[in-house]
Amino acid sequence: MYKIVNKTELAPKIKLFEVEAPDVAVKAQPGQFLIVIHGKAGERVPLTICGYDAKKGTVSFAFHEVGKTTKSFGCLSEGDCIDNVTGPLGNPSEVKNFGKVLCVGGSVMIAPLLLQVKAFKEAGNQVTTVLGARTEEFIMMEDEAKTLSDRVYVATDDGTKGFKGLGFLRDLLKTEKFDRCVVMGPVILMKDVSEITKPYNIPTIVTLTPIMIDGMGMCGVCRVTVDGKMMFGCVDGPEFDGHKTNFDELVLRQRTMLPEERLSSLLWEMSGGCKCGRNKA
Amino acid sequence: MAETKPKPKLNKKAVEMAKQEPKVRAKNFSEVALGYTEEEAQEEANRCLQCPKPQCVTGCPVEVPIPAFIKCIKEKNYAEGIATIKSKNALPAVCGRVCPQEEQCQKKCVISKIGEPVSIGRLERYLADWELKHGSQMPPKTPPTGKKVAIVGAGPAGLTAAADLVKLGHGVTMFEALHVGGGVLMYGIPEFRLPKAIVQNEVNYVQKLGVDLRLGNLVGRIHTIPELMENGYEAVFIGSGAGLPQFIGCPGENLGGIYSANEFLIRVNLMKAFQFPEFDTPIRIGKHVVVIGGGNVAMDCARSSLRLGSEVCLLYRRSRDELPARQEEIENAEEEGIVCKFLAAPLEFYGDEKGWVKSMRCIAMELCEPDAKGRRSVKQIPGSEFTMDVDTVIIAIGQTPNPIIQRTTGGLQSDPRHGTICVDELGKTSLDGVYAGGDVATGAATVISAMGAGKRAAKAMHEYLSSKK
Repeated sequence: MYKIVNKTELAPKIKLFEVEAPDVAVKAQPGQFLIVIHGKAGERVPLTICGYDAKKGTVSFAFHEVGKTTKSFGCLSEGDCIDNVTGPLGNPSEVKNFGKVLCVGGSVMIAPLLLQVKAFKEAGNQVTTVLGARTEEFIMMEDEAKTLSDRVYVATDDGTKGFKGLGFLRDLLKTEKFDRCVVMGPVILMKDVSEITKPYNIPTIVTLTPIMIDGMGMCGVCRVTVDGKMMFGCVDGPEFDGHKTNFDELVLRQRTMLPEERLSSLLWEMSGGCKCGRNKA
Repeated sequence: MAETKPKPKLNKKAVEMAKQEPKVRAKNFSEVALGYTEEEAQEEANRCLQCPKPQCVTGCPVEVPIPAFIKCIKEKNYAEGIATIKSKNALPAVCGRVCPQEEQCQKKCVISKIGEPVSIGRLERYLADWELKHGSQMPPKTPPTGKKVAIVGAGPAGLTAAADLVKLGHGVTMFEALHVGGGVLMYGIPEFRLPKAIVQNEVNYVQKLGVDLRLGNLVGRIHTIPELMENGYEAVFIGSGAGLPQFIGCPGENLGGIYSANEFLIRVNLMKAFQFPEFDTPIRIGKHVVVIGGGNVAMDCARSSLRLGSEVCLLYRRSRDELPARQEEIENAEEEGIVCKFLAAPLEFYGDEKGWVKSMRCIAMELCEPDAKGRRSVKQIPGSEFTMDVDTVIIAIGQTPNPIIQRTTGGLQSDPRHGTICVDELGKTSLDGVYAGGDVATGAATVISAMGAGKRAAKAMHEYLSSKK
């Protein structure tokens, strides 16, 4: 059993859990992910690692409450135990001194992005961080980002906070040279940023989040096309070259079970949703 | 004059085992084969001739003392019967259901020369099910040797090796990457062939023997094999199976609605998607399912699809005679209404505007002359292309070993072409104290051959540990 020692609300419906998982904590590295399972009828959910503390024996992950499983995760409180946390899975990020690194994160993926920001900074890089979201309320962890990075930009789709859209990034790249770019967030963000960096040949690493079940190479549902080749998100990734990734295919594959996911979520809401009344934390 | 006993007349026909009617079972996930009644088991056991030199035992990869347990059935001494099996085989409820007995023990049965062999598998299942009802007895504990061994993977090979080693007094820790034990018995073989409650019962038995099972623990990521050895495990057995799905490599394979057999079976069996939305993992399946392949896994996918309410066509590139699946599974599938299309292979898949598969282009194949190994290859017939409307495709053309352990264990020799770990006949790898067996060493094969490998490796590991100071 994996006890939740800390639960934080990062933004509306976005929560961070720090859980006891000593074996995982010792081995976790930036870029890797966990498979989290809770309940006898629960599904296996892949979630990117946002932090780890080998001494405390804890590892943390963030999730956005969008479906039945993430909503019911949100009902758990500090002190509750999660049935299973498997990991660390996937390959760690390549972290070394590249020089100037541009780190772009969108909504819930800002949390794991900051783990990379920290790692890049510790490796001696000059780090520029971009926090993006649909709207102001989903811009999270701005203070942490400012502490960890040399410079922070904020952008929202609707312009309610910071820049409106990614136009500023196009302008920035006209005048400034970066040696590496990492993007974590919705597929559309990863696609757009990859397109922006491509003319400048900035190596751009994206963290793909296809549907997964086992997360260790068994099922193949996470297959993606990178450089024209079939790759498994779980064991070949989750990080890939953003300039060679087929994002359009990924979007279609992410949506293959959408009606079922909606049904599941609706039934959960109809049956009273979270019955514990603790979902306010 | 001495009175001569009249010889009992041998019945050449085996006692049939009741099955659910095809029309009924095609609509449910309950077990197809229903097992013998006590009377049926008695009648079948009485067909056994109790040969002084039993050939059946030589056909069993784990050397179950077959005539001895059948004798126990005849004498209605069921507790001793099941203990007799369990002296060699920790998973009789599984083997009684999914072993290909017709190619192993029953093939060697002397009665098969004149009629149907004794139904050894059905009798084994009878005893295992008897034990399920009456509770299991534990064998006497062996004094601990003080040696620690690690088993990687809680599938058939690992469970067998773990049971044998713990019975010899070694401290056994079994690391399983998934959140439940059983390996392919849980994620691969469907409920209607092997109920999952039965698998869990067998896993529990191995735990009760004293094996420490660690779930959700992926060796290679949490601990590597060298780290396990540094942490005091004096020997390691790798039984990590063949979990990596193979794809065809034709255009359109990443469309929605195209599943690998592994994905489909993991969803349906392990995650119980057939009970969605009661269980959280969904499966989306259409009206027209095409399963590509001809092995037991393909049959399992086809029969599961049928039970989810679809019309199913099995597409196989060779002919009926070359189908690698068990005869019994082919018959079951056809009885239930699976349509087989032989000598055809896919070329390309086409999708709709939402990226979901809607049709596929195929080509007819013809068989070539057998090669040196007797295997007939196939070639495409030019100009024979045709299109089929489909909304779900399941690709069941084989699995290869997962490479995580090979990649994270320096000095562990593996076959670069098949990804299998190289072992000698005892299961010894290129590293001292490290053994492997089952699908990870042979490529995808049967449950019982994996169990046999687990057994041989356990014996070799015991000798290795005993010789070590």
